[in-house]
Amino acid sequence: MLNQYFFDSFLIPGLIIIAQILAVVVPVLICVAFLVYSERKVLALIQLRRGPNIVGPFGLLQSFADALKLLTKENIIPSGSNKFVFLLAPIITMVLSLAGWAVIPFAPGLVVSDINVGIMYLFAVSSLGVYGVIMAGWASNSKYPFLGALRSAAQMVSYEVSIGFVIITVLLCVGSLNLTKIVEAQQTVWFAIPLLPMFVIFFISALAETNRLPFDLPEDESTLVAGFFTEYSSSSFVLFFLAEYASMILMSSMTVILFMGGWLPPFDIYPLNVVPGIVWFTLKVIFILFLFIWVRATFPRYRYDQLMRLGWKVFLPFSLLWVVVTSGFLVIFDKLPS
Amino acid sequence: MLQIIKSFTLYELFKGLILTFKYIFKSKVTINYPHEKGPLSPRFRGEHALRRYPNGEERCIACKLCEAVCPAQAITIEAEPRTDGSRRTTRYDIDMSKCIYCGLCEESCPVDAIVEGPNYEFATETREELMYNKEKLLSNGDMWEQEIAQNLQLDSKYR
Repeated sequence: MLNQYFFDSFLIPGLIIIAQILAVVVPVLICVAFLVYSERKVLALIQLRRGPNIVGPFGLLQSFADALKLLTKENIIPSGSNKFVFLLAPIITMVLSLAGWAVIPFAPGLVVSDINVGIMYLFAVSSLGVYGVIMAGWASNSKYPFLGALRSAAQMVSYEVSIGFVIITVLLCVGSLNLTKIVEAQQTVWFAIPLLPMFVIFFISALAETNRLPFDLPEDESTLVAGFFTEYSSSSFVLFFLAEYASMILMSSMTVILFMGGWLPPFDIYPLNVVPGIVWFTLKVIFILFLFIWVRATFPRYRYDQLMRLGWKVFLPFSLLWVVVTSGFLVIFDKLPS
Repeated sequence: MLQIIKSFTLYELFKGLILTFKYIFKSKVTINYPHEKGPLSPRFRGEHALRRYPNGEERCIACKLCEAVCPAQAITIEAEPRTDGSRRTTRYDIDMSKCIYCGLCEESCPVDAIVEGPNYEFATETREELMYNKEKLLSNGDMWEQEIAQNLQLDSKYR
């Protein structure tokens, strides 16, 4: 009797949840491996080089070889560091960048947990990512990681403000915090078109949020060696690396869901709307990721004060203004979502 | 006003992006090194070699000009007369870890005995292997004689 109860209410649902988690996390990690490969390849092409082309066909297995190399290396823990926090930081970063995937709808109904505050959850999880960085910087007990962590904290907090306002604009047009509803609200037109300035601001802030060039001040090679993960090696380094790229994919999916109609085809016409939604979703995410890499190959790094000026003096007032304009428009033309 | 429009429409940023996008399709300058190699000048100064005359006699007459001119003092020569009365080296060592590949030894040599050949792939796993002795240098000379002779021929009109 007890056994039956245990099976039905704990074991089976538990196994289903674990299977769902694996079904999302494993593809994400494989995507990360190929994202690293494609980043190296695109950068190489833009810089007139060839990029990795030895390991496997066209060098496709390069990332796996690199991961294997890093994992077999010794994990060096600096003697002056706080060991517990030092080892915890990469784990936290990694877990948080994977946790966000729980609410991402890949296609209609294809979502691990379809919660009604999906966008809030996603925003919260991506904001928490800064803790891993700060902990890493502090626990390393070394000046470069410390400076990197401080920069990262300031940068992520600044750009979250404008991301928050951008999300509010989208939510005004949708009337729901549920990610599936947000996508469905873009049936007629993707929000990237009426909210184009917000789309651009969101994309640039996403670059800053994931510490990508031209905003990669926390890991600025030319001044801070490697920023907050200077002291990390081997598997902890791998975790930071995976986390950075996983959060890149997460931010791209967020951009796609908020502005580019998620799984919806570009036009609701015959040959396009028979293609499964997950294909459209993947294609759009790949496009945004290509933009990330393309931007990295093109622009020089921002100086710290320029970064802060852009965040607080340009993006914040502009997005705030746009919130007012959008809500005013919706009220005047009586288009508020019910 | 124009500046404001330009910066708000990200005009210059898009211009940069378009430029880098064009570069994706340009032909690549990298060569796949171990499989393809770049061209070498006949004057290229690579691994050293001691040459022989066509009859098999070694060219070096132990004048020690190379030892004297070597700015890194990488060359050590010991010599004594052979039984047939000719002056030959008994020891000719080059410490390849000291050598700076300046080519002065090659230039100072009156009989074109010591030369720097076209080989640049002689990395070793230990330091000891880089202490070249006479035997090693002569065998290099035998191995690369054809290329070395051709390079000297090509470069002779500029000497």
